[in-house]
Amino acid sequence: MSAALQNLVNQPYKHGFVTDIESDVAPKGLSEQTIRLISAKKNEPEWLLEFRLNAYRSWLKMEEPKWANVKHPRIDFQAISYYAAPKQKAKLKSMDEVDPELLRTFEKLGVPMHERAALAGVAVDVIFDSVSVATTYKHKLAEVGIIFCSISEAVQHYPELVQKYLGSVVPVGDNFYTALNSAVFTDGSFCFIPKGVKCPMDLSTYFRINTQDSGQFERTLIIAEEGASVSYLEGCTAPKFDTNQLHAAVVELIALDNADIKYSTVQNWYAGDENGVGGIYNFVTKRGLAKGVNSRISWTQVETGSAITWKYPSCVLLGENSVGEFYSVALTNHHQQADTGTKMIHIGKNTRSTIVSKGISAGHSSNSYRGLVKVTPAAAGARNYSQCDSMLIGDQCSANTFPYIQVRNNSAVVEHEASTSKIGEDQLFYFAQRGIGAEAAVSMIINGFCKDVFQQLPLEFAVEATNLLSFKLEGSIG
Amino acid sequence: MIYRDSKTILEVRGLRASVDGVEILKGLDLTVKSGEVHAIMGPNGSGKSTFSKVLAGHSAYEVTGGSVLFEGRNLFELVPEERARAGVFLAFQYPIEIPGVANSQFLRLTYNTVQAQRGRDELDPLEFDDFVREKMKLLEMNPDFLERSVNEGFSGGEKKRNEILQMALLEPRLAILDETDSGLDIDALRIVSNGVNHLANKDNAMVLVTHYQRLLNYIVPDYVHVMEAGRIIKTGGKELALELETRGYDWVSAERKAAMEVAA
Repeated sequence: MSAALQNLVNQPYKHGFVTDIESDVAPKGLSEQTIRLISAKKNEPEWLLEFRLNAYRSWLKMEEPKWANVKHPRIDFQAISYYAAPKQKAKLKSMDEVDPELLRTFEKLGVPMHERAALAGVAVDVIFDSVSVATTYKHKLAEVGIIFCSISEAVQHYPELVQKYLGSVVPVGDNFYTALNSAVFTDGSFCFIPKGVKCPMDLSTYFRINTQDSGQFERTLIIAEEGASVSYLEGCTAPKFDTNQLHAAVVELIALDNADIKYSTVQNWYAGDENGVGGIYNFVTKRGLAKGVNSRISWTQVETGSAITWKYPSCVLLGENSVGEFYSVALTNHHQQADTGTKMIHIGKNTRSTIVSKGISAGHSSNSYRGLVKVTPAAAGARNYSQCDSMLIGDQCSANTFPYIQVRNNSAVVEHEASTSKIGEDQLFYFAQRGIGAEAAVSMIINGFCKDVFQQLPLEFAVEATNLLSFKLEGSIG
Repeated sequence: MIYRDSKTILEVRGLRASVDGVEILKGLDLTVKSGEVHAIMGPNGSGKSTFSKVLAGHSAYEVTGGSVLFEGRNLFELVPEERARAGVFLAFQYPIEIPGVANSQFLRLTYNTVQAQRGRDELDPLEFDDFVREKMKLLEMNPDFLERSVNEGFSGGEKKRNEILQMALLEPRLAILDETDSGLDIDALRIVSNGVNHLANKDNAMVLVTHYQRLLNYIVPDYVHVMEAGRIIKTGGKELALELETRGYDWVSAERKAAMEVAA
């Protein structure tokens, strides 16, 4: 790799600071007692405690999945603290009561916590370690019947909705990490868009892990009733620690008839240093159920952070004519490992899905796309189009594509395209010969490569994603 | 054209360069003045393309001796992008494809980069669109070119036209055209040559690297140089190209050997 390429990929992580704030941290380790403690702290109803304990009991019988193309030392689940919360007053009446240190943290991260300062009117739910610290625009959204709050709050105020949908898309025992999450989840966002309502603004959750040796296990639940639509954004950062933190989230989306949910993520967890020390282990299960006719679930993700990413945002296309989409950019650098992709399960008639995956690997990283397209016997007329492109920067990294295609209905049309390209010396020389330096050249090549995905992002996010990729690659070109 | 009061643009003295440890250029001398068109001819493997890549600064080529002055400055002190911004342009023999990057975007970035270097105003996308369309007429290019990815799926002729379009945009002081005629049919050759002739003026200079005399029917050189084994072994006027066409290259090296024996 040339020197210019080297420099470009080796940029420092700018969200790596730690907020000095007094926290309420549970003792390390996982047991029924820990779960009872979390549940009690959150003043939860009995059914939820049962839900957690059942999950814990199934988790005890499960094994960590070994099939992903990632390597890491065995995680000691007893060395993690399952609850960490900044100490603050029990009940906040307004944003003014939020600890100023927290406000400063999010200001530094560029997250608008003051409603008046909010950019383009995005409503934000802010999750710091294990708890939601603030949700903006709650009242304005309530006027049109939208519920947007932390899941803990939803458990208190809308228990029947939570009970009805929690675990309905991702069963407790779906996999090792969903069982763990179901046992110990501490907070997350809850959105409910009632019948016929188009959400007037983007909803957003910002996740921040602050405490060392803590895990973040958030749970997000989004429900769009008949004819409702919502665009939801998720952003994440964490401080730099030389130990690994575990992030095992579960996200469930439910779209009823003619409903539309668009879920966008820009993931920038700390990825570890250039030698692969530290960083977040991101083991996440995200799944959307397109339950109603003509419903649509669309995932867009830009994955740039984490030491390890293990994540397959999926769509279960149950309703007739329902649509599932997955647009992904996954960038790995240094010693990062990503095994990410999607699952499209076609059950309803004439269901359609689109997969566009762009993997960029630099440094010594490993980047795998893993995707399943499954057409069940009932899914007459199902269609899928998949496109998986990989780009390599330098010659120490790797890219893999693992497509799984299972078709049980012969009226289905399934297409898969894949390509691998390399930013090579000759491309950079061509740019240089036209006066364009390596950094600008790589940025232009990468943005061109990711164009189909970036077009799917809400505008501000698209700008952020473009900058983030250039930033992440600085120092990698050489 | 040869002008009396012209300035020296390129001065190459005893240039030596190697690739993967194998010496390709073995003491090359060449002087190019403003307004002039030089043709460098020679058999395969004589070092013509190496010479053009060395001037542009390709990292695979290591300069092991000699000097190159570009408008009086040591060319080797500049990295490739600085050379380009200073006015050294290489029309590639095999232009690289850049999937996903729209030609219009690429052309505007390169144009604005060079403009900024010259202290001139950069153009926004709309202004640039008007500007580039005007330049494209010169090369009889379809406006579709702007929306397509850089060189991706272009025919050989389209790629070469795209190179000359970039030359038209960047207005280099020194343009090196590396085998620009290769892979061109007769119409494309005419269009590309017209473009190049249109761009030649008394302030810039062109170096045409070519294998065949055919191109020189369209772009008439002031000097023709014959390269062999990494050196220029004979220089003449445009009639030398015709002679090479009919007699081949062998007699040039035979003549040179004889001259060297006499000298010894």
